[in-house]
Amino acid sequence: MAYHCIVCAKQVPDTKRITGQAMKEDGTVNRAALPAIFNPEDLNALELALAIRDQFGGTVTLMTMGLPAASEILREGLYRGVDKAMLITDRRAAASDTLATSYILSCAIKMLPHDIVLCGRQAIDGDTAQVGPQLAEKLGVAQITYVEQLVDLSGKTITARRHVGNGFEVVEGKLPVLLTVMDTANVARPPAARKIMKYKKARTPAEVSGAVAKEMGEGAAPEAVAAEAKKRCAALAARGLLIDQYDLDGIKADLTWCGRSGSPTKVHRIQSVVLTGSEHKAIAPTEDGIRELVAELIEDHTIG
Amino acid sequence: MTTVNRNGEVWIFAEQEAGKLSDVPLELMSRGRRLADELKVPLAAVLPGSGVKALGSKLVSHGADKVYIIDNEKLGVYQATGYSKTICDLVREHKPQIVLFGATPIGRDLAPHVASALKCGLTADCTDLEIGDHTPPGSTDVHKNLLLQIRPAFGGNIIATIVNYDRWPQMATVREGVMPMSEPNASRKGEIIDCRSTLNGLELPLKVIDSQRRPKKVNLKASRIIVAGGAGIGSKENFRLLWDLANCLGAAVGGSRAAVDLGYVDHDHQVGQTGTTVRPALYIAVGISGAVQHRAGMAESAKIIAINTDKDAPMMSIAHYGIVGDFRQVLPKMIKVIRSGAGVKA
Ligand SMILES: Cc1cc2nc3c(=O)[nH]c(=O)nc-3n(C[C@H](O)[C@H](O)[C@H](O)COP(=O)(O)OP(=O)(O)OC[C@H]3O[C@@H](n4cnc5c(N)ncnc54)[C@H](O)[C@@H]3O)c2cc1C
Repeated sequence: MAYHCIVCAKQVPDTKRITGQAMKEDGTVNRAALPAIFNPEDLNALELALAIRDQFGGTVTLMTMGLPAASEILREGLYRGVDKAMLITDRRAAASDTLATSYILSCAIKMLPHDIVLCGRQAIDGDTAQVGPQLAEKLGVAQITYVEQLVDLSGKTITARRHVGNGFEVVEGKLPVLLTVMDTANVARPPAARKIMKYKKARTPAEVSGAVAKEMGEGAAPEAVAAEAKKRCAALAARGLLIDQYDLDGIKADLTWCGRSGSPTKVHRIQSVVLTGSEHKAIAPTEDGIRELVAELIEDHTIG
Repeated sequence: MTTVNRNGEVWIFAEQEAGKLSDVPLELMSRGRRLADELKVPLAAVLPGSGVKALGSKLVSHGADKVYIIDNEKLGVYQATGYSKTICDLVREHKPQIVLFGATPIGRDLAPHVASALKCGLTADCTDLEIGDHTPPGSTDVHKNLLLQIRPAFGGNIIATIVNYDRWPQMATVREGVMPMSEPNASRKGEIIDCRSTLNGLELPLKVIDSQRRPKKVNLKASRIIVAGGAGIGSKENFRLLWDLANCLGAAVGGSRAAVDLGYVDHDHQVGQTGTTVRPALYIAVGISGAVQHRAGMAESAKIIAINTDKDAPMMSIAHYGIVGDFRQVLPKMIKVIRSGAGVKA
């Protein structure tokens, strides 16, 4: 049978690339200087969904909630072969914590047929790994976290191998299910050159409006900007290059559970990790130096 | 969602597998004890499982005033649905103010499910917990005695403190190994409470058809001395020098993620954010630059020796002793000095 898969992905700052340039003078991170990327493990989730479709048929929908700039990862999904991409963007969704985010995603997912919902195990900017299980609870489907291998899929039954730290577990469940996928599950396919050619001009309405506003300058009348954006969107849509976009009303979300009001966790304080100057005792790399060090450690009962 | 209950207890999820308690709930007991004492409320452990009644006294000896036991066959093998319902029902009944979980594979699967069902906040992977006051920006309200949930974020480059002042319970998962376990006290008294299970009629959605656990190849947490190597070691053969040094010190061998990824040493040996968190008496970091994710797992070591060709490596700035040099020269000398017992006579 064919399966409808929905992949939830996030655009994240590339925290692995925190180099000198991304550090401000006071030793804190300059987030703006970090490239924004497709969250790595979400690519593994996407790959698993594409592999399921390639083998059994069905559809893959890639969904992200974020700023208009997050449309970039939707294009990356189109380059890799997703059937449908969907941006959920709304100012009122700003400051959503994992609870509000999972609520918003659940509203969008409920609009679509879904047999398997896939998330990456965790996002590298927060490392919380919470949205997956929270989403499963909101959708009322079983969750299989830390998936490292899809063992079997036949009819409505899925069997998957989970990585549980000091070993593994093979679990079986009935669809629909939500999976969170580990980086060890697969190697994500590269973007296909032909699809890049086809979709590199694909845009979300929010991107189109942004570009038009910039071109027409600050003095332009909002009506004129909107009319021009509408025209361009229609032209893109005619060529199959307009990416779906929804706001919170479009997915019928209850605003109480979105954004700031839907987020119980609040930031109390943020401190940057700044390395303090070195105060260590320098030991010469010679036998004498090391003998002294070892003697000192024996003296204070650290060793011996 | 439950409302703010200032008299609510402090709860710790007593994670167990196959009737054996994990380390984290016991680690959490000592900090939980402090939080509960500060708030002047009881500390309770919540113990779902099958045939787990005997574990209650151990939790009491580690500091619990109460142990809520929910014994049911359906809780024999962990899965989110049954455990989550059990805990949610208990929370709704007793309205604790704080619920803590270990940030283990089970805890990180379970806690978000519970938080979603209760519509309350949850902070992942905390490294510290305190009680403190919070004033929301732009407001003059002071929310007193909240749980300050402290965690690294943004790839470990910032430390964020999170609070939850309106939709309780305040929940967090806590990283393994960051809170020292206190000594059990067998004479402590506590109340063991048998709770009625609410799972009758519930069909569990998953079947665990195979489960394999292998013992870790090394118990880094229990080691007094750790000799750890990084990408700078260059090869698995060179890593032998670290094993040799570890042997003559009675130490365990650790590694950075780069060393693990390069195949110098098995993943069980990895120290850091995605490995084990350790706090040994002595940590010898050899050819490890000291990335924030690595430091997150070892910065609390009592003594740190950094051996690195780069005098400006970040590891040097948290080390107590720094040896600028090539490990290929430094380690053989160290082994020789220790073997000869020369250190003693110097
Ligand atoms: C989400 C995330 C989680 C992570 N989790 C972890 C984790 O749990 N643990 C972890 O360790 N890392 C983790 N990392 C990776 C971390 O960021 C670093 O990449 C890693 O710790 C670097 O390892 P290293 O110090 O061995 O290698 P490098 O940074 O390459 O350092 C090698 C060092 O060896 C020194 N050296 C070279 N030759 C010699 C010589 N002959 N003698 C002496 N010194 C020499 C060099 O000067 C250098 O300082 C994580 C990263 C991310 C993004």
